[in-house]
Amino acid sequence: MTLTAPAGKAAARRRPSAARRAWRTVSPYAYLAPFFTLFAAFGLFPLLYTAFVSLYRVELQTPGDMEWRGFGNYAALFTDEFFWISLRNTFTIGVLSTVPQLVMALGLAHLLNYRLRGRTFFRTAMLLPYATSVAAATLVFAQLFGRDFGLVNYALGLVGIDPVDWQTNTVASQIAVSTIVIWRWTGYNALIYLAGMQSIPSELYEAAEMDGASRWRQFFHVTLPGLRPTIVFTAVVSTIGATQLFGEPLLFEGSVSGGISHQYQTLGLYMYEQGWGFFHLGRAAAIAWVMFLLILVLVGVNALIVRRRSRKEAGR
Amino acid sequence: MTIARSATGRRTTGRRATVRRAAVRLGAVALTGALLAACGSGASDEASDGTVTLTVDLFGSFGYKEAGLYAEYEKLHPGIKIKQTDTEDEQDYWKSLQTRLAGGGGLADVQAIEVGRIASVTQQQADRFEDLTKYGAEKLKGEFAEAKWSAATTKDGRVLGLGTDVGPEAMCYRTDLLKQAGLPTDRAELARKWSTWDGYLELGKQYKAKAPAKSAWLDSVGSLYTIMIGQEEERYYDASGKLIHESNPAVKTAWDTATEAAAAGLSAKLDQWSPQWNQAFAAGSFATIPCPAWMLGYIKGQAGEAGKGKWDIAKLPGGAGNWGGSYLSVPRAAKHKKEAYDLIQWLTAPEQQARLFEKQGNFPSSTGAIAKVAGATDPYFSGAPIGKIFGDAAKAAPVQVLGVHDKNVADQITNALSEVERKGTSPDKAWSNAKKGVENITG
Repeated sequence: MTLTAPAGKAAARRRPSAARRAWRTVSPYAYLAPFFTLFAAFGLFPLLYTAFVSLYRVELQTPGDMEWRGFGNYAALFTDEFFWISLRNTFTIGVLSTVPQLVMALGLAHLLNYRLRGRTFFRTAMLLPYATSVAAATLVFAQLFGRDFGLVNYALGLVGIDPVDWQTNTVASQIAVSTIVIWRWTGYNALIYLAGMQSIPSELYEAAEMDGASRWRQFFHVTLPGLRPTIVFTAVVSTIGATQLFGEPLLFEGSVSGGISHQYQTLGLYMYEQGWGFFHLGRAAAIAWVMFLLILVLVGVNALIVRRRSRKEAGR
Repeated sequence: MTIARSATGRRTTGRRATVRRAAVRLGAVALTGALLAACGSGASDEASDGTVTLTVDLFGSFGYKEAGLYAEYEKLHPGIKIKQTDTEDEQDYWKSLQTRLAGGGGLADVQAIEVGRIASVTQQQADRFEDLTKYGAEKLKGEFAEAKWSAATTKDGRVLGLGTDVGPEAMCYRTDLLKQAGLPTDRAELARKWSTWDGYLELGKQYKAKAPAKSAWLDSVGSLYTIMIGQEEERYYDASGKLIHESNPAVKTAWDTATEAAAAGLSAKLDQWSPQWNQAFAAGSFATIPCPAWMLGYIKGQAGEAGKGKWDIAKLPGGAGNWGGSYLSVPRAAKHKKEAYDLIQWLTAPEQQARLFEKQGNFPSSTGAIAKVAGATDPYFSGAPIGKIFGDAAKAAPVQVLGVHDKNVADQITNALSEVERKGTSPDKAWSNAKKGVENITG
């Protein structure tokens, strides 16, 4: 109380002018304006314009001739085999890349949390793949996964495994694409987990140790529960990333159809193929909105699960 | 108030149509603007000393720079500088060109068009390219092969591009590999033995029986299909512009031959234009490859110095055909249209086309140039008389009916053939996949 009193007096003595007061109410908006202007131009407008375009038949070659289709583009998607294939691929590649990635990141973070020699080096090294461009990483991996002259098949050959067609085989190609995603994002997630781990109070570990808990038990009963909000965050971000996966499958073979039989074509890539391969902008816009809604649903489900769990916890 | 004409007779008032069109244009501009910022615009500007920089945007390997043609043109025309950009894959090039055409910005003064796209240009986008008759192009008509000229002419007589090369077809082969398998290597003898496609497959089976390890008869069944379809006049469209790929017996024959080759295991199962395909040239993964004239430069590039003298060229099985070829056009949005026209007229003139063939192997579409190169041989291909082989093929090749989606349909079918040979998909299933793929594009 005594501390705030002089400040209050000072404020009373120097009454701010009307202009100053007006500025004070307006300024937060002024500071925010650049962001919202940019957002309106490059976020909101494209979003709404895409919704508008998705209701028409529009071709890139003849953008002036728009033909009203209502929800025809959306209805067509439901009977479009290629749409379902790409939706399925998005899901399987999403699982193939997200699950190992998060599990490995957790393990790596746990290791990094120990007192290590050259900790900073390891932590920086973790982030290097993340700093590499998608294009560069994908092109290198595409070489590694080459069928005839690739390093991976060469290594497999050394242990007597027949060469795998990493481009054409459905499962193999999805694993190959997932590998690129895993390689790029594991380190990033590991660092986020590490930050989460370091905010867990050390008293908890000490108490657990007193009770005779092994390192493993500590990991499962102290670290994991403490990390829950972080894990939820990374799961949400990875899910969104997986739904939007685009660069890796596009550059893997440089094919807009995601391989000769669409075996690793994701939703993002299918949208690109419709829009910039076939120039059907209306259909591409409809796919874009379906993806948007899909992400909203996924994030919503995630949030629901989290809320239910924390309510359960509170009730316990 | 503007009364916008509603061409399709939709229930729109003039005003609404105008607003909508304006909105579309705004969107297209916003969209392409963002894309262009990344590509760096190909715009050219006059420097303070009055030099005009002409921009030329190409795909694949036209070879103008390599043949020294730009340098010569710059010497002949002081005050002109030429800047070339090049995209390796035509599909990527076409996508980027379409985006820039829709936005109306970032276009080069000269844009190349592949023959599989020329129908789309004349039928759908004629308003976006300069009518070259404005600059007196009609007097060049007699210099070009008739089919080449007419394909770039719209119904109302506008000329939208000047022909560069054509793609007369032949068969390239590795003499060293054929010899190892105990097959003849003489081009006349081979041409006799594989005068039909059945004969070609038969030789392939003989090759397979005695071939060196990891070496197949041909690179991919997709290329076999493409070269065969190049021998046909009607392919995916009939003269009225209707899609006929499902009913055309020529497509069926080529498809069946390709799947037969796949079943017999004659192919190295490589996708054309993939990095693995590129590596395979030097590695000797295949003994023969169907080659249009423009492929010669590509083979030299991929097989390198080490391949010199190991390759040869013979007449194509089953008669003459044409695969590919290109045009040079001037977009409406170009900055220096007149100068651009002068340049493409010079580049496509007989002397330059002939020189380009001798240096790079791109076969001329200009009749004068064809006569000039009749005696040409190529030491890289064991001294093969390329002028005669490709000249004869060019003369006998059918005049092809072109359609708006020619290239897209072809891509779907060759993709399906890759499924057959690489995934073991049954030909029937693969054909239905190709059909669905085509519907997805044209529907």
